Amino acid sequence: MTSLSSSASQNLKGPPRTSYWQHLRHVASENPVTGLAFGLFALFVGMALFGPYLVPYDPLNTGVGPALQAPSAAHWFGTDHLGRDVFSRVVVATRLDLLISVSAVAISFVLGSIMGCFAGYFGGWTDRITGRLVDTIMAFPLFVLAMGIVAAAGNTVENIVYATAIINLPFYARMARAEVSIRRNAGFVQAARMSGNSELRVLFGHIFPNTLPPMMVQISLNMGWAILNAAGLSFIGLGVQPPSPEWGIMVAEGANFIISGEWWLVIFPGMALMLAVFTFNLIGDGLRDLVDPQRRT
Amino acid sequence: MPPMLDKLRKVALRLLQAVPTVFGILVVCFLLTRALPGDPAAYFAGPMADAESIEEVRKSLGLDKPLPMQFVNYVGDLVQGDLGMAVSTGQPVISELARRLPASLELTLGALLVSFVIAVPLGVLAATRPNTWVDHICRFLVTAGVSLPIFFTGLALMYVFYYLLGWAPAPMGRLDMMYLPPETVTGFLTIDAIIAGEWEVLGAALAQLALPLITLALFTLAPIARMTRAAMLQTLGSDFVRTARAAGLSSRRVLITYAFRNALLPVVTTLGMVFSFLLGANVLVEKVFAWPGIGSFAVEALVVSDYAAVQGFVLSMAMLFVVLNLLIDVIYTLIDPRVGEAA
Repeated sequence: MTSLSSSASQNLKGPPRTSYWQHLRHVASENPVTGLAFGLFALFVGMALFGPYLVPYDPLNTGVGPALQAPSAAHWFGTDHLGRDVFSRVVVATRLDLLISVSAVAISFVLGSIMGCFAGYFGGWTDRITGRLVDTIMAFPLFVLAMGIVAAAGNTVENIVYATAIINLPFYARMARAEVSIRRNAGFVQAARMSGNSELRVLFGHIFPNTLPPMMVQISLNMGWAILNAAGLSFIGLGVQPPSPEWGIMVAEGANFIISGEWWLVIFPGMALMLAVFTFNLIGDGLRDLVDPQRRT
Repeated sequence: MPPMLDKLRKVALRLLQAVPTVFGILVVCFLLTRALPGDPAAYFAGPMADAESIEEVRKSLGLDKPLPMQFVNYVGDLVQGDLGMAVSTGQPVISELARRLPASLELTLGALLVSFVIAVPLGVLAATRPNTWVDHICRFLVTAGVSLPIFFTGLALMYVFYYLLGWAPAPMGRLDMMYLPPETVTGFLTIDAIIAGEWEVLGAALAQLALPLITLALFTLAPIARMTRAAMLQTLGSDFVRTARAAGLSSRRVLITYAFRNALLPVVTTLGMVFSFLLGANVLVEKVFAWPGIGSFAVEALVVSDYAAVQGFVLSMAMLFVVLNLLIDVIYTLIDPRVGEAA
């Protein structure tokens, strides 16, 4: 009896799994760019983890070379106005940039999912209050709201993270709400309720895991946007303070030299920023192809 | 009900819906003014104040009253146009903002116009000719517009067109020092120059405007072109377009009267999101090009911790955004071919 049921469940599990991998291979072979995106992603994670140990110069050390020198064999990305090595600074900056955006996206994912799940599952006043809150956030131009929050709460890196989290919150709350409310009376949910699970357990144990695939797509598309926002805030002088290397602030410092032709101060951190955003957007598109074949473009 | 009356009723209803939104914005802005690091009364009293004068300031600002009362006072001040004083310039915030608003609007609306004029035909062409060079250009522009940090685009354009090619004038403000600004009518230098008939000034103003405008337009072009392409693809694949084709209508008529009018609706809806990005991006572009608008005013105020100025800026941007969203919805109701025809 046991062997029969276990083999039956294996049979049930077997085919979808192989077809899932086939599907993955199909999607990957149709769109080799997604493979490239995962390679770039690994590169950025590596730079964030090991960057500070691998770079040739101390990113804060001034005068490691002559000031404002164009890219050369000794300084791949040139040197800035204080004679710091731009390549080392760009690599080391990866950690701070990714840290800010990952923590911001994580906060808004957790809070947004909880709010959206409650709103979608219980409806009623929970739904109305969350809806009103989300609408109020969305009533602001989001970057401007982030500026206002950082200005009011104080000019620190933590507040950049909170501000970025707040302006990303509506996207997760809305998505979680929509995904939960279409499943709230699905067959498997009613079965879970019938077998005596509490409402919270049904919501977070049975419904919420089903909303994860679309949420993952949202996360990776959102990461790029969060990176851009955080860099934009530090570009206008909020959050990260000058000596520490960060892409946005490096572009801001280099901006003073662009009209006299020292292009490498802006181009390299800007390219790093662009490449990071591009990577997350490509991964998001790839994941969406995987999760939602209908929207494949 | 006649269709026009029905539309008017819908527009009025939409105007009413803006009331809670405005209330929400006021609450958030009020909370932001109270979230000042440390004691707001101590901040406004200045660094030299003793405990007694801080108490005095607290009383004169109404900070000793309960929060709801403070909120009523805050809204009362706003209605009278009182946004406080800008510490950095010593002028009322409202007049500082009003003086700089035309520069920002000229840039923002110009960029929106340019990107709309380019993006909509581009999206339509890309949808009607999938996998041709038009489609590839469209896809490239969309990806670039989403991935490029706007301040980086601006600086790159500046490097190429000012430093390398020398086509653009120095990125310093709205008008070269050599020219006198035309008589102020609308506050938009280009329009004022046309009204005054000073063509040389118009040329100079346009030259200054070109780079920041192209930067902003590249950024807003992406979502509009993507949405147009997707909406056109969807309507072109729909049953009513197939029926129209089967009925033997000319392809031009099918494309414009049937597909395009319906595809325009989702595009107009996304404009709300585009405005949200545009007003944020505007701040960055103004900083890059030293454009004397409200965005660079806010950035300067941020650097010297001039809170009243920053909060006035956030509030006025939010109000501008509400008005723009209302306009979009009104336009949507007016162009929607479905509204009123079924009645």
